Amino acid sequence: MSKNIVLKKGLDIPISGSPSLDVSKSMVPATVAVCPDGIRGLLPRLLVKEGDRVLCGSPVIADKKNPDIILTAPASGVVKEVVRGEKRKLLAVLIQTDAQQECVRFDTTDVKSALLSSGLWTMLTQRPYGILADPSVTPKGIFVSAFHSAPLAADLEFTLGNELGALQKGIDALATLAPVHVSLDGSLRESAFARLQGCTLHCFEGKHPAGNVGVQISHISPIGKGQIVWTLSLNGLAAIGRLFLSGCVNLRRKVAVGGPAALQPSYVETLPGTPMKEFAPFYGNSADEVRIISGDVLSGVSVGLNGYLGRDDDQITIIHEGYDKELLGWIRPFRFNQFSADRSYFSWLLPCKRYDMDTNLHGGPRPFLMNENYYSKVLPMDIYPVFLAKACLAGDIEKMEKFGIYEVLPEDLATCEFVDPSKIYIQDIIAKGIDLMLKEMA
Amino acid sequence: MNKIFEKGGKLYWLHSTVDAFETFLHVPGTVTLKGSHVRDAIDLKRLLILVVIAAAPAALFGMWNVGYQHGLAMGQTGVHILEYFWFGFLKVLPLYLVSYIVGLGIEFASSQIRGEEVSEGYLVSGFFIPLIVPVDIPLWMLALAVAFAVIFGKEVFGGTGMNIWNPALLTRAFLFFSYPNYMSGSDCWIAFKKGETAVADAFTGATPLTLDGPAQYGTGFWDLFIGTVPGSVGETSVIAILLGACLLLWTGIASWKIMCGSIAGALLVGWIGNIAGITDIPFYMQLLYGGFAFGTVFMATDPVTSCQTETGKWIYGVLIGMLCITVRLFNPGYAEGMMLAILLMNTFAPLIDHCVTSVHISRRFKKLNAA
Repeated sequence: MSKNIVLKKGLDIPISGSPSLDVSKSMVPATVAVCPDGIRGLLPRLLVKEGDRVLCGSPVIADKKNPDIILTAPASGVVKEVVRGEKRKLLAVLIQTDAQQECVRFDTTDVKSALLSSGLWTMLTQRPYGILADPSVTPKGIFVSAFHSAPLAADLEFTLGNELGALQKGIDALATLAPVHVSLDGSLRESAFARLQGCTLHCFEGKHPAGNVGVQISHISPIGKGQIVWTLSLNGLAAIGRLFLSGCVNLRRKVAVGGPAALQPSYVETLPGTPMKEFAPFYGNSADEVRIISGDVLSGVSVGLNGYLGRDDDQITIIHEGYDKELLGWIRPFRFNQFSADRSYFSWLLPCKRYDMDTNLHGGPRPFLMNENYYSKVLPMDIYPVFLAKACLAGDIEKMEKFGIYEVLPEDLATCEFVDPSKIYIQDIIAKGIDLMLKEMA
Repeated sequence: MNKIFEKGGKLYWLHSTVDAFETFLHVPGTVTLKGSHVRDAIDLKRLLILVVIAAAPAALFGMWNVGYQHGLAMGQTGVHILEYFWFGFLKVLPLYLVSYIVGLGIEFASSQIRGEEVSEGYLVSGFFIPLIVPVDIPLWMLALAVAFAVIFGKEVFGGTGMNIWNPALLTRAFLFFSYPNYMSGSDCWIAFKKGETAVADAFTGATPLTLDGPAQYGTGFWDLFIGTVPGSVGETSVIAILLGACLLLWTGIASWKIMCGSIAGALLVGWIGNIAGITDIPFYMQLLYGGFAFGTVFMATDPVTSCQTETGKWIYGVLIGMLCITVRLFNPGYAEGMMLAILLMNTFAPLIDHCVTSVHISRRFKKLNAA
């Protein structure tokens, strides 16, 4: 195993409500949703209609451009409803689950066709741009991060540490497509995943976003123009491993439910696509005053009470909405209940304190004012975040290329957005830049 | 906010102004819409008020010094802290009123025209402007210069954060080139009441920079370090400026690289001047004269107009220090080089950044191709 790669830049956000390491509930939800929304590059075509019976692993949605790529049902049952938004945009397919779960059996002799037909191909994300992986290309590597560094994220040693068999099987399968790289948490004395074989192990140590696969790739094998890599979450890897062990799709995962507004934060074992209403015990009667996020507080999606657990997420964060006005907030010398990474507040005096953060913006939107260094000190990548963001704002393709748009996804710059005193939506700017690149490069 | 100030309301044209006062009183209850759901408690108001606090010692000392210099010119002796301070306070207060009323007035109006929130940038510029002008400058000149700097130095580029030159220095440059009689020489640095003239024998009101060497006139190291010499209101006291520098460096608002670079550059050229026999002033004394300290700590480090990149900050700082002393050594007609050095380097900061990022990009490409 290689030496620890120590990342000095970054920021751990001390938010309260970290989940206790126990599974408080294990469920098959009454309904599950298959959501094509949020998968960059997928043009969904519906393959089922209301009333159809589906098995776990049956195709539900296909990609219009490449019909081989499909999304499958995570549980068996009956299609209850097709939810559409404006202009009949397909938002979700709701499946009423059976008491008895039945699975489609897949032939796993050919790795690629097994992944495609089981729908697990969509677990792979292709960089640059974070799009659906293209089955016709061979990437220079498949990268998996075996630890999360995001605030309140699931402890993967706890959730998947006992599934080494499935993970190993997954690596063996994927290694037939491209070399697999797994990044371990270097701060642990012994990671359970250090025993994985058939892949290159890397150790990363540092603050968030050290656990982001994009940051890791930029230190292992940065993505240049014309190069392609695939990434995969550890949960996705485990699901692929289970497919090759049993021939069935099994997407069950332990989900960390936490956040300052979460009641008794802990883990829940469930399926992706679980409606947020199933997590009612965690927010109680305060559903109107909280924001329910599928993912972490920095780059998760606010799905609301009627939303679903994201396809790739193993974390739900519940935080209070910050509509309160704070009298003379900015001018008070001490604001011990607010966290700031800046020295002009005094959070640095209380390194162990955890803060009840809410969604308040803490200021008004302004143009970029602070120097590059103010942002790059929380970004452990060899890029200039402000120059990149400004290139995206200007829509200057050439500059975006030069400043490293191939290497980043919005989530990688989340810490920059967090510390920004100008309150700019940097992740949104990067996302729009990536959309522009996709359009121009198509 | 009251409905009449919202879009479609009768007083919508006051929207930005009301919003500015409202957000001054409390942190607004707006929530994040996308991206990062939680945000750092820091905002620009907090950062910029810290710059004002950092400049406060220089301002307070400057006010006392205005009174002290007047006392010297009147032949008084002694320190008279409160009496001198009060004299200086009454002299400087009108400068502040003009600076803020004119500058913020334009800022509020242009924010309203653009439909944006009022930015806090002028809070700092407006605090600096009275500190870098002679205390007896006519108020209408100051008003004109402020209007020029805010409109043509800042608003035409899109407001705070978009400007190329430091607005406070642009104000000073406007005054310097338009009304040189009021900005240099030996008469402008002392505040006089109506009808007064200097009575003390052998008193000179020139700043030490315009004189031939320091020893001759009793402006030794400690006078300059403490700041009991004539000069622009806030620039004289190096020790008060150093107090501010400590706060700026601790909070990280100002770049230590720019400050150190500027000092190194000044020392280098000052030393060359010494060994080449161009000047008798010891090279380390250059750091104490004129606006060098104030410019290095408060003006050169302005994050908007300085270099963005860390390497660039070194280059930018060193060049400011070198240019400042070069102007001093080779241009006896205009002894104060700091303003021009900073404005010139403001102009070239994007070019320096361009060169630094180009080197970075080509290094990255080499790395990518090797990988």
